[in-house]
Amino acid sequence: MKKVHRKSPVKDVNESPANSTRVLIPLLGDDIAPRFDLAPEAVIASVDPKRRVTVEKSIVLSHASAEALCRLIMTEKIDMVVCCAIEEEYYQYLVWKKVKVVDSVMGPYSKVLERLENGTIADGEVLLDRKE
Amino acid sequence: MPLSRGLHVKGLSKLPVALGQVLDEIPLGVMVLGKDRRVMLVNRALEAMTGFLVQEASGIPCHYLLRGNLCCHGCQIKDVEETRRQFCSEANIINKNRQKIPVRLTISPIFDENGELAAFLESVEDTRSQEAPYDDSAESFLSGKLVGVSQEMRRVFKIIPVIAQTDSSVLITGQTGTGKDAVAEAIHHASGRAKGPFIKINCGALPEALLESELFGHQKGAFTGAVENKPGRFRLAHNGTVYLTEIGDLPLSLQVKLLSFLDDKVVYPLGSTKGYSVDVRVIAATHRNLERMVREGSFREDLLFRLNVIRLHLPPLVHRHEDMKMLKAHFLQTYNSRFSKNIAGFSEAAGQVLLSYPFPGNVRELRNIVEYAVNVCDGNQIRPDHLPAYIVEHVPNDHVNDLTENGSSQVQSTIRSDPGEIRWADAERKMIMDTMLKCQGRKHDAAKILGYCRSTLWRKMKKYGMID
Repeated sequence: MKKVHRKSPVKDVNESPANSTRVLIPLLGDDIAPRFDLAPEAVIASVDPKRRVTVEKSIVLSHASAEALCRLIMTEKIDMVVCCAIEEEYYQYLVWKKVKVVDSVMGPYSKVLERLENGTIADGEVLLDRKE
Repeated sequence: MPLSRGLHVKGLSKLPVALGQVLDEIPLGVMVLGKDRRVMLVNRALEAMTGFLVQEASGIPCHYLLRGNLCCHGCQIKDVEETRRQFCSEANIINKNRQKIPVRLTISPIFDENGELAAFLESVEDTRSQEAPYDDSAESFLSGKLVGVSQEMRRVFKIIPVIAQTDSSVLITGQTGTGKDAVAEAIHHASGRAKGPFIKINCGALPEALLESELFGHQKGAFTGAVENKPGRFRLAHNGTVYLTEIGDLPLSLQVKLLSFLDDKVVYPLGSTKGYSVDVRVIAATHRNLERMVREGSFREDLLFRLNVIRLHLPPLVHRHEDMKMLKAHFLQTYNSRFSKNIAGFSEAAGQVLLSYPFPGNVRELRNIVEYAVNVCDGNQIRPDHLPAYIVEHVPNDHVNDLTENGSSQVQSTIRSDPGEIRWADAERKMIMDTMLKCQGRKHDAAKILGYCRSTLWRKMKKYGMID
């Protein structure tokens, strides 16, 4: 796994305060990856008690797999995962490990950060413009 | 207005026909994508497969609807666009219910009268029935998700293809974790409806008002928040199978509505007077004693008669001693490959501990125990200390002391001697009591051994009347 610098809509920091919520978002480009298990990248953000969101780091996953991502979530002490499609067994595993999983979320990750700031992120959110 | 509503086919009759209506009759998942790869239309079969309704899917990029493995690495639409030819490949998708489904994807370009690319037509065929062909041999020991060599399981394997050939309602009974879901899925895949949707509904998971809308659908404006028409699971399962799990938890008012549906196979969405005829097979399952519920007045007798056309009872794991070895090996192999471990097997002592445990959670509990042990084990053999504490604690202390790695001790659990009387609550109470005795009443130590936090131990002790 390689840490890379990602241009973020909010300021980057190296460490999150102890009482903040750490959020992991699996990415494909600048959007949430359609699949948790096949995400080539992930971004870790932290939300402090005043709902200020800061992007801590982006991680390039050398080998995309749900197991590798779950291991990363555990080692990084992540509190919340915002993703699109995730298999039931990994969902249950993360829930069992007391990680909040918000799934079926679609759209660019910058919109997810905005929703985290507002505290309104929810399952099944479509955060992109539909073309009707 | 969703774009899909404006799509029509001209020339079929005097008036244009809605394209969605035409595609809905195709028993294969189909969607129409614009040149920008955004979803324009989804048919009913694909709605059932993905769990996304056409209103939800309309206008979003196709990779967020299909959620396939090819969407992240090697989207085939680029090739179709460049070569202007149809493309077919094997793939898998993850639907809204977090279920991974193997599929065959076929993407075709659609051209306008001038030969210009106008749209894409993507068909999605569920290949689960082809991937795990049902082995109807009576000697079969592995069928789809079912594993077993015992006489009871052989009987189940033998009867599944017979049940699959009929279209009658099936009632599957058995304790929690015995494989009711797997059997229901096996019946669907062995039946003529295998290519149709298999829709699972947990009758105990939703409140009554939501469940009615989920099962039968609703009309726009039927209640506050009903901003769109919803077809309901029964309509989505057209030409397939509806699996009603925890049927014993279905509220009485909905039992009447289900009864009426089973009689005439017509769905009346909430707030609508218009009925929709659907062709589905109903499989129901429960761990409850429905006959007793009928006597108590909490389950309708006439609904029981309609569901109980074919009854299949799955034996608990304690009655399937012969399967234990195979199940352990099966789960060990599964988790070895998943966690990249190389564990050869169980030590004799660990095998004895498992044999003496009553498994109130049945096969599911055994699977979880093996998963835990594979995670914890750092050598090449699972020993008793790699098993969850509550299992080892369950074995009477004098027998635990006698256990050696050569497994000379024959552990006989007092609970196991009378499996008919086993209840999880009794087992848990006994487990807590034994641990408290061992820890000489120190709750902190007992909680640590049991893997509970102190407050959980206190709550459980209060529940079982062990403290005031």
